[in-house]
Amino acid sequence: MNPVEAVLRTLHDGELALRDDLLAAAGDHRAEHEFHHVATDTARWSAEHARLIAATAAARDLHLPADRDPAALTRLRRKAAEDLAPRPDGLPDLLETLTALHLAATRNSLHWEMLAQAAQAGRDGELLDLASRCHPQTLRQLRWTNTLIKTLAPQLLTAS
Amino acid sequence: MRERIDRIAEPWGDRTPYGPGQPWPVRRDTHLTGTGVDRWVPTASLLHSNGDAMDVAVRDGRIVGVRGRADDRVNRGRLGPKDLFGWQANHADDRLTVPLVRRNGRLEESDWDTAMGLVVDRTRHLLDAHGPGSIGFYTSGQLFLEEYYTLAVIARAGIGTNHLDGNTRLCTATAAEALKETFGCDGQPASYTDVDHCDTLALYGHNMAETQPVLWMRVLDRLAGPTPPRLLCVDPRPTPVAARSEVHLAPRIGTNVALLNALLHELVRTDRIDHAYVDAHTVGYEELAAGVARCTPAWAARICDVPAREIERAAELLGEARALLSTVLQGVYQSHQATAAAVQVNNIQLVRGMLGRPGCGVLQMNGQPTAENTRECGADGDLPGFRNWENEQHVVELAKLWNVDVDRIPHHGPPTPAMQIFRYAEQGSIKLLWISGTNPAVSLPELARIRELLRSEGLFTVVQDLYPTETALLADVVLPAATWGEKTGTFTNADRTVHLCEQAVEPPGQARPDLAILLDYARRMDFRDRDGAPLIGWHDPRGAFEAWQRCSAGRPCDYTGLSYELLRERGGVQWPCDADHPDGTERLYTDGISWAAPDTCESYGRDLVTGASVSETEYRALNPHGKAVLKAAEYLPPHEDVSDDYPLQLTTGRTLYHFHTRTKTGRVPQLDAAAPEMWVEIGAGEARRRGLGEGDLVEVATPRGAVRARLRVTALRDGLLFLPFHYGYWDTPGRTGPGPEGGRAANETTVTDWDPVSKQPLYKTAAARLTRLAPADGTPAPAPTTTASAPADPAAAPPTTGGPAALADQRPEPAPEATP
Repeated sequence: MNPVEAVLRTLHDGELALRDDLLAAAGDHRAEHEFHHVATDTARWSAEHARLIAATAAARDLHLPADRDPAALTRLRRKAAEDLAPRPDGLPDLLETLTALHLAATRNSLHWEMLAQAAQAGRDGELLDLASRCHPQTLRQLRWTNTLIKTLAPQLLTAS
Repeated sequence: MRERIDRIAEPWGDRTPYGPGQPWPVRRDTHLTGTGVDRWVPTASLLHSNGDAMDVAVRDGRIVGVRGRADDRVNRGRLGPKDLFGWQANHADDRLTVPLVRRNGRLEESDWDTAMGLVVDRTRHLLDAHGPGSIGFYTSGQLFLEEYYTLAVIARAGIGTNHLDGNTRLCTATAAEALKETFGCDGQPASYTDVDHCDTLALYGHNMAETQPVLWMRVLDRLAGPTPPRLLCVDPRPTPVAARSEVHLAPRIGTNVALLNALLHELVRTDRIDHAYVDAHTVGYEELAAGVARCTPAWAARICDVPAREIERAAELLGEARALLSTVLQGVYQSHQATAAAVQVNNIQLVRGMLGRPGCGVLQMNGQPTAENTRECGADGDLPGFRNWENEQHVVELAKLWNVDVDRIPHHGPPTPAMQIFRYAEQGSIKLLWISGTNPAVSLPELARIRELLRSEGLFTVVQDLYPTETALLADVVLPAATWGEKTGTFTNADRTVHLCEQAVEPPGQARPDLAILLDYARRMDFRDRDGAPLIGWHDPRGAFEAWQRCSAGRPCDYTGLSYELLRERGGVQWPCDADHPDGTERLYTDGISWAAPDTCESYGRDLVTGASVSETEYRALNPHGKAVLKAAEYLPPHEDVSDDYPLQLTTGRTLYHFHTRTKTGRVPQLDAAAPEMWVEIGAGEARRRGLGEGDLVEVATPRGAVRARLRVTALRDGLLFLPFHYGYWDTPGRTGPGPEGGRAANETTVTDWDPVSKQPLYKTAAARLTRLAPADGTPAPAPTTTASAPADPAAAPPTTGGPAALADQRPEPAPEATP
């Protein structure tokens, strides 16, 4: 596998993982209504990204798995998110969740950046189209989680 | 024209036809009881957002009738059924006349000192123990400007809380947000007079005939005159508007963005684009065109279940318009992707270059009479004067005006919208909720949850109202308020027209004007400015108005050229009204976009799907010169769609004869009799397939709850049920909630979900199951026959009439001296 294919594989996995994480978080936080619904909506973006990545990869004879090995990978990713986000005791669960989602989206965003740069350097129009189509939505996932943290943190941290 | 007609049976009265560009002829409507009038007192209607100007007739200290004001720009003498008869609600024998406080679980009569003492003690205790974030205010769409502004100063600079909103969140939040997204700032672009000039009128989710009957009279008079406008109606119901439209699209609910994107697709494809206007006044056209490139009519037809050819016809109608007026209301605002859809209507208007000229504009309508004032005064949580909470300079202006430190005004995050305020109350972090002039125990979604939350021990609720509403009965302290006709103040309608409403009679018992209650609270709380002077320096409506004028100076909603005297003399005047515009301003954006520049705009905008904030830096890069922003939005499937268990779509809405939760209109004999009880609407095709008929007793159930009512079979689209949302429990044995007879309030069934951009709850996107409990016994559904609820088979129910009590006078009159 060449390095660009490795990025595709990583990104494919990252988008599927973010989809799963968003859906799981939406399920865990049904009573946080806005979060619940928008998490479900934005999970759809990640699912679509994974589909488009897989289609692009298949055209290059790189066959990505239709889905992830859920248990193992979720564990791995949870571990990664935990490592990245030191959690003070008693941080409200919703804020922890938003932090983990934000970091997962950041990871995907950086991989999209790599892919776009590689595509430009390698004059690979197809890959550039893929990144141009998907990366803006990843950035929107980032802004969304950031906005929710900014909006909810004051009440959840000072008034409870 | 007939002199006297039954205005329940004929809500819009007789026609006074007129042609394009002509002034709307005067027709003066009057409803008077008994004989003799001591004096006529000027005011305007408080039972919808149209702002119909009227005089109240007073005899022996009591209101005895009303008449329309012939010289007023809004209604030219006309009144709607709620205007004609609604005043009788003031006289209801169950008005609250003394403060009530809860003792040992029961509300008991008390006095003002005791009740206000309790509220102040609780406030102080919570501020000390938990800080300002433990206190929330949930107000109305029916108070006056003076009251909203006073409340906003109390909440923001007195208490220092971000938790302030109005029930306007349920009706008008999307209008405000859509204007901010497109024009950088709130402010209605068009004017009602654009009805006089337009050649094409597009109504999106706006059953104008029932929500603004007097504005609909204006449209009917154009339709009856020479060269009438062509109408486009987007509405899933067979409304009176749909009946008069050249093209009527009845989409599946929750699919507005798909439909609007297809209309934009067609306008781009056929190049019905005013490129000069787009280049001069907008940013984002390329992105918009790319965003709708794949949204063909055939694509939208599959999603919306509307024939592609009809979508093409609608686009042709829009494309051929030379003077296009668009209006938008709850069918968009309370539906899935609310702001995204409302913004696409703005986009259609902009790409067609139809703005700021006679007949060309968009009316993002309001639901409630004084909704505009909650927005401009900041009682919806926004900073007063359409100021931007993310713009430090704007906050500094307010701090100077109020003479407080900047840090005292919370601006670290966006204001907390109503649904989130209730969420915080549910979680226990908001511990005092002061509810004024609204009835969340009937009007919010998922009522079982709301009732539980209002009953919870940890939440201290103060309810300020006229009647023992469902919400008041659950409160800890109930404050009796004066209403329209019993107090003085101003309010502003959906086309920026400001009216003065003068006190005509005394309030009953110990009831007090809302302003007096708020001023009393501020005095008892002893809020001070940085120099130790009282934070609230005014003592009466006029003082509050003048304070607001100073706050509005230099902002889009500038009131500095107005005064009570001017309003008394002229009747309605449209803001901005200042030294440069002493007669007010008919249309905004006549010379380009004026309030979208990064330093002056009210908002940098939000992501139309996620609601994420656009940063100042991004906004400066996107829109450095302050043009209108064309924002594309992708269609998303509704969050709750039909399934095997819940196979029908469910929407809720209003009827002509009632307002909000019937607190007033249910206490008015003529209006109550016209629509006395809950009903369920279904289409004739759907009813036939399910073996159901008019008058069947049915249950409509969703995962949240259920209602029982008789079935009305109308020309509604297939696969859809409609419930009127007005009915609650105050006039049932249950008083605050369902009794043994089952649910009656539509909001037992609605979903807790809101538009992430405007935070407006989605009352019009759910899925439900319909069960027949008993076959019809010959009694038809108690739904009006004069409206969108009309039976498909006219013989299925007797026509709705009002009888002798509903007779009102109508008289054409020569136009008075020209008013602006």
